[in-house]
Amino acid sequence: MLRFLVRRLIVALLVTATVMVLAFILTRLSGDLAISIAGPNATQADIETVRKAYGLDRPLIVQFFDWAGRAATGDLGDSYFFKTSVSSLLAERMPVTLTLGLTGLLIALLVSLPLGILGAVRENTAFDRLVQIVAVLGQAMPSFWLGLILMIVFGLWLGWLPISGTDSWQSYIMPGVVLAFSAIPALTRLTRAGMIQAISSDYIRTARAKGLTRASILLKHALRNAAIPVVAIAAVQLGFMLGGSIVIEQVFALHGVGFLAWESIQKNDFPVVQSVVLVLAVIYVGLTMLADILNAVLDPRLRSS
Amino acid sequence: MRRGWRNAGTWFGAAIVGAAAFCAVFAPLLVPHDPFVQDIPHRLSVPFWMAGSDPQHLLGTDQLGRDYLARLIYGCRISMLVGITVSLTSGIIGITLGVLGGFLGGKIDDAVLFAITTRLSIPVVLVALAVAGLLGSSMTLLVLTLGLLQWDRFAVVSRSTTMQVRNLDFVAAAWCAGCSRLRILAREVLPNIASHLVVVATLEIALAILLEAALSFLGLGVPPPLPSWGLMISEAKDYMFFSPWVIMIPGITLFVLVLGINLLGDGLRDLFGARTQP
Repeated sequence: MLRFLVRRLIVALLVTATVMVLAFILTRLSGDLAISIAGPNATQADIETVRKAYGLDRPLIVQFFDWAGRAATGDLGDSYFFKTSVSSLLAERMPVTLTLGLTGLLIALLVSLPLGILGAVRENTAFDRLVQIVAVLGQAMPSFWLGLILMIVFGLWLGWLPISGTDSWQSYIMPGVVLAFSAIPALTRLTRAGMIQAISSDYIRTARAKGLTRASILLKHALRNAAIPVVAIAAVQLGFMLGGSIVIEQVFALHGVGFLAWESIQKNDFPVVQSVVLVLAVIYVGLTMLADILNAVLDPRLRSS
Repeated sequence: MRRGWRNAGTWFGAAIVGAAAFCAVFAPLLVPHDPFVQDIPHRLSVPFWMAGSDPQHLLGTDQLGRDYLARLIYGCRISMLVGITVSLTSGIIGITLGVLGGFLGGKIDDAVLFAITTRLSIPVVLVALAVAGLLGSSMTLLVLTLGLLQWDRFAVVSRSTTMQVRNLDFVAAAWCAGCSRLRILAREVLPNIASHLVVVATLEIALAILLEAALSFLGLGVPPPLPSWGLMISEAKDYMFFSPWVIMIPGITLFVLVLGINLLGDGLRDLFGARTQP
């Protein structure tokens, strides 16, 4: 178990380091940052001043290690536009994105677990087919468009939910549903497949032979085994959701990390952009590691291999 | 019964993809109006099923008076073009990495696995937006960026299928017959994993179309005045509360096209007995 953990941790650190290099290269793609920061009306002298002030006159490799060294201690530099530290900006915006992501995951699990279980129990019936149709439809749904449609129907026509902002918990329902849509097909399919496999296994036959109730067999015996891959994928999906929430935050004007990134891209605020890429990647790496560890804890068979 | 239902889905998907391909190829011959010509006095004219529609514009006009049907048909061209070119680019990268890793194994396979892990940790939409924001948006840049980012599923599937094929008897026979590595890869391995890759390619085309629409919607995908469906929804957003059809029309076509491609992909998967998940 310890060897597994150490190996997993080393991979996670290597991935993070690689993403740091890529995020740094990404923001240097446009060529001379000093020109874009100084703005269109800047004179040559202005550009030189900016270049000195932000340390952009140093060799790229020095700039990278300076940034990476500070980032490792939690100092992500200062935003050019907001004039505050990137870490405080992220701390301020992260709760919105995390709330959105967790709401989305909760809704996705609430929908896909029952659908997947019922689909498996009634394999090859009309209900099962309906579940599969829902999964196919969900996969094809453009999330930003679904968001707009929900705004028209539930915000304008029915007046049930607020259209934008983060004033109350109701504000998270529509964006949460839209975000959940992206994860529901995968989670439903996985639950269904896992349950079908579990139901046909020997230990379920044993449980049936012992005369246990149907509910107990399904929920205590079959689901526990079917849930292992679902838990892993749910953690990974949360990572994808946080990365993909940039579109949803834009649609519903939620001022989270995604919205911050979008604003910063428009304003050439590259310390923020590279930090958001890094932070989202680190969260994803952390979540996949968590998923692997959870897997190992839940399924003792995986620990030894 | 089940098979019949599945087949219906596949045929439905094939019909949609066929129609979309037809629209994309023959767009200039099909449209009644130039999709770029503005006609401000006739802006936001309603589609045919609503009262007061203009028979000249079957699906109405947009906020600048451009014919909606013409823009929709040209938009199909953009979606198909982006979907196919992104899938080709990412396919070349992903299949090369996956086949090399799966066939050679050892340190090279470790490196490929590491590349896949790293790629998955990078937030695609954010990076694609940042690239467009820094370098200016264009179709070529969009295709290259998405192609460089979306190769993960190609790599995962080609790697796992290559590993299975590698240990089969006919590959061993080819080794014994003294075939070179390259020949075994090209003549024995690739043809046997091709059906799996075709399935992945269809799903990737659908994904790329959705991504292009989302990026164009955010204003950093296909630049205006090109009639991308995502851009059409974004431009119509300001009017959607008064006339919802302006976002319904491009949204539904986008949804139906992606649905059709996915159904076709699912059908091909059943046909080939292929796996797309590791």
